[in-house]
Amino acid sequence: MREMILMVVVLTALSSVSGGLLAAIKNNTEERIAYQQLKFVKGPAIRAILEGSANDPITDRFTIKDGDVEHSFFVGVFDGQPNTVAFETSGKGYGGDVGLMVGVNIVDETLVGVGVTTHAETPGVGARAKTDPAFAAQFKGMPFKGEFKVKPDGGQVDALSGATITSRAVSSAVTDAAELYGRLKTQLADQLKTFAK
Amino acid sequence: MAKTLAQDFTKGLWDEIPPFRLVLGLCPVLAVTKTVENGIGMGVATTFVLLCSNILVSLLRKVIPSKVRIACFIIIIATFVTVVELVMQAFAYPLFLKLGIFIPLIVVNCIVLGRAEAFASKNNIVRSTLDGLGIGIGFTLSLAALGAVRELLGSGTLTFYETPIQIMGPSFQPFTFLIEAPGAFVALGLMLCLMNLLGKK
Repeated sequence: MREMILMVVVLTALSSVSGGLLAAIKNNTEERIAYQQLKFVKGPAIRAILEGSANDPITDRFTIKDGDVEHSFFVGVFDGQPNTVAFETSGKGYGGDVGLMVGVNIVDETLVGVGVTTHAETPGVGARAKTDPAFAAQFKGMPFKGEFKVKPDGGQVDALSGATITSRAVSSAVTDAAELYGRLKTQLADQLKTFAK
Repeated sequence: MAKTLAQDFTKGLWDEIPPFRLVLGLCPVLAVTKTVENGIGMGVATTFVLLCSNILVSLLRKVIPSKVRIACFIIIIATFVTVVELVMQAFAYPLFLKLGIFIPLIVVNCIVLGRAEAFASKNNIVRSTLDGLGIGIGFTLSLAALGAVRELLGSGTLTFYETPIQIMGPSFQPFTFLIEAPGAFVALGLMLCLMNLLGKK
């Protein structure tokens, strides 16, 4: 009996110390990691989505608060008008959260493109959501409202074969993005005016 | 005593050098050694984990009940691996992108658990530190060597600090097979064979 209690105590103590240590390190590195991700992962995704914009979307960005959460929006200027924004949402994939950058034309409210940013999906299976251009390309031009679902669930999105969970994650991220856009539409339009050239 | 202490350190560099003598932890060895830089990055990350887990396991060896020792070792190892993952994301993001999933997989690297179980849980902290450091440096050297062979023959370059340096002349035909996964097995096999020949006296 004594041995059993000792086992429980040691394991509990070890786990708590480990948890505390990791939380502290996570806290201290969070900001730097966010910056690095912006530079190396989100940056290229944003540039790919807003390709051909007259400005640099990485520097022309602003944040809007949605409840307690702050969202970053990246502005793309096309034909002299700041009419396109890109922002990030995420969906639950097979290996954790799948980050998705979504680009929207706010004039006709259509998707201009999506791109997977951070993910931990299986290489060669779920990771194709990022590497296979055909998967992301199908979103282009879709009206940006309502719910996005994969075809097996009765929706409009072609799922990657063998990676339905990842495809669902991407679809739900787009759905979340559409909801977020619906909530912040007016604030977004106000902010964008300041970028008019 | 001094002799054994030195041995604790140096055995990792030749006599028990992983993965050539201690054929353990082959998953990262085969997967990340496409370039020298990746090999060294992986080696340094593993060395850090090995060193810290060896020290902690050795410190706690009298406290940890033997029935749950493996669970305790894994908690310790997993903690340090997560530390490495976070620090690498914060300070060496391009390297993290290349090593990707293989950083969290250090948790299941048999070398780390193997040293904790076979050495650190039975020896004092000084010896365990030297053992971890020796094995870690040996592992790094092996990965760098394997990475150098594969990269040099497979693409004719050597990569340091993100910049590939062209070593082979323009007439060199890259043997791209070595960069592929099967090439990793062949290169590792040949190097194992070479090590055995050299070791035979």
